[in-house]
Amino acid sequence: MNSLINLKFEIENPNSEIKAMTINEIQEELIEEFELFPDWMDKYEEIVQMGKDLPLIDEKYKTDDNLIKGCQSKVWLHADFEGGKVYFTADSDAIITRGLISMMIRVLSGHSPKEIASADLYFLKAVGLNDHLSPTRSNGLLSMVKQMKLYALAFQTQEQNS
Amino acid sequence: MVAELNIEKIRKDFPILNTTVYGKKLVYLDNAATSQKPQQVIDALDTYYKEYNSNVHRGVHHLSQRATNAYEASRVKIAQHINAAHSHEVIFTRGTTEGINLVAACFGKKYLNPGDYVLVSAMEHHSNIVPWQMIAEEKGAGLKVIPMDKNGVLQIDTLPALLENVKIVAVNYISNSLGSVNPIREIIAMAHERDIPVLIDAAQAVPHMKVDVQELDVDFLAFSGHKVYGPTGIGVLYGKTKWLDDLPPYQGGGDMIKTVTFAKTTYNEPPFKFEAGTPDISGAVGLAAALDYINEIGLENIAQHEHELIKYAEEKLAAIEGFRFIGNSPNRAGAISFMIEGLHPFDVGELLDKQGIAVRTGHHCTEPVMDFFGIPGTIRASFAFYNTFEEIDTLVAALKKAITILK
Repeated sequence: MNSLINLKFEIENPNSEIKAMTINEIQEELIEEFELFPDWMDKYEEIVQMGKDLPLIDEKYKTDDNLIKGCQSKVWLHADFEGGKVYFTADSDAIITRGLISMMIRVLSGHSPKEIASADLYFLKAVGLNDHLSPTRSNGLLSMVKQMKLYALAFQTQEQNS
Repeated sequence: MVAELNIEKIRKDFPILNTTVYGKKLVYLDNAATSQKPQQVIDALDTYYKEYNSNVHRGVHHLSQRATNAYEASRVKIAQHINAAHSHEVIFTRGTTEGINLVAACFGKKYLNPGDYVLVSAMEHHSNIVPWQMIAEEKGAGLKVIPMDKNGVLQIDTLPALLENVKIVAVNYISNSLGSVNPIREIIAMAHERDIPVLIDAAQAVPHMKVDVQELDVDFLAFSGHKVYGPTGIGVLYGKTKWLDDLPPYQGGGDMIKTVTFAKTTYNEPPFKFEAGTPDISGAVGLAAALDYINEIGLENIAQHEHELIKYAEEKLAAIEGFRFIGNSPNRAGAISFMIEGLHPFDVGELLDKQGIAVRTGHHCTEPVMDFFGIPGTIRASFAFYNTFEEIDTLVAALKKAITILK
């Protein structure tokens, strides 16, 4: 039904952009995808696969400044601000962490600073991966999310001041 | 005489070993971090709180007397367990870390001066590095390190030169991250030739073997109750009488005093001199029960079974493609640290966890060891006498499955 409505919209407004998915819509999509995998090992296979779709950080940005050091695994994060939207690239030295940050970026990247800063990231809990956000896990994921939101706030301020 | 252990019967004594995680049977291989407790220990704690909980040393009433008797009886039992010459040489602490902090602070306060050194080894737990760094910094002293080779074996031929200007040596008996059993008798002998005292971190040793402080002739020895099947929050620092008499007190407060006035306070004798405040009475009771439990099984029998488990594990794990030992001392006990070629230990540990297997990944509070090997951390499987050969088979199968998913 959605696609018919979009088609109608496109025909009536040929030069406008189709509205992209919202953060929450992407979260719902992810939750649905994971529902196909009730078994833990299958879930992790999926996570490993998602890691392969991670928008990789440019080697030149893999510096200590961009390093988010967890006790267990490292995460590098870079953010670009273009056309009012924030785009993230990242990498990790652990495959599962790569998968998790890939999901995080899929949800948050390409949105406005305001949307990112105020995003409620409930999908990890819904798919049963909430443990990874626990500070004691120290795999860098929680710190990375905080950093993404800090970037968003910074870009938001930048936008307001310009 | 070493007897075959009835592991099935033993496992029934440990409630947690019969639980499941994520719907899978728990395979608990994180004993170097902490051990599981038998019902007998849980019962001892239960009975204490139900029947005779009371503050020790201070009361004249019946309950207080019972509690004091139990607490002091535990001290005697521990002294016997480690063959201390006197029970006053056994000080109750919160654990190994506190014991080492106590010696570092008190010995350091009295004996460390600018230009002096504390000698530790390349494979120490942070608890046997940081307290020394802290007191050394305060006193203008330095730290020296006994090196190890790629197998995780200490290079003690470097010792004579290293011992120059050293005031105290602090070394672990068995490494928590590498499983190496260290040549502490040689180290103690060489240190004593130069009148240098030695502290041994025996946290990983006491659960696995007989530790005899008189035979070792060690000056200080620290271990934790929770690693030897006792409750968390209780530990032991052993010290030779001459040292405990000589060193200034650690924490101030009740019990460690003889008399108190605002003008001056005089201190109690060891062990009470070093036991300020209300102690972990139930912890001491629980620890005594734990020692009773393992003594009934027999330390020799425990050591034998664990030795067989480790040999079996080494053989089966080494056959996995991409498997790499981190530290492979010919003298090993307790732990096996490893990596799988090309895989981050966190990834492997995560997938093992989801298959019901509890191992530990990371630097195991031995960052210098990880730096030495140039790795982010290891996967560590650590064993206790209640582990089985089947559990090792399960670990191997689970590892192979994890590798398939990750590669």
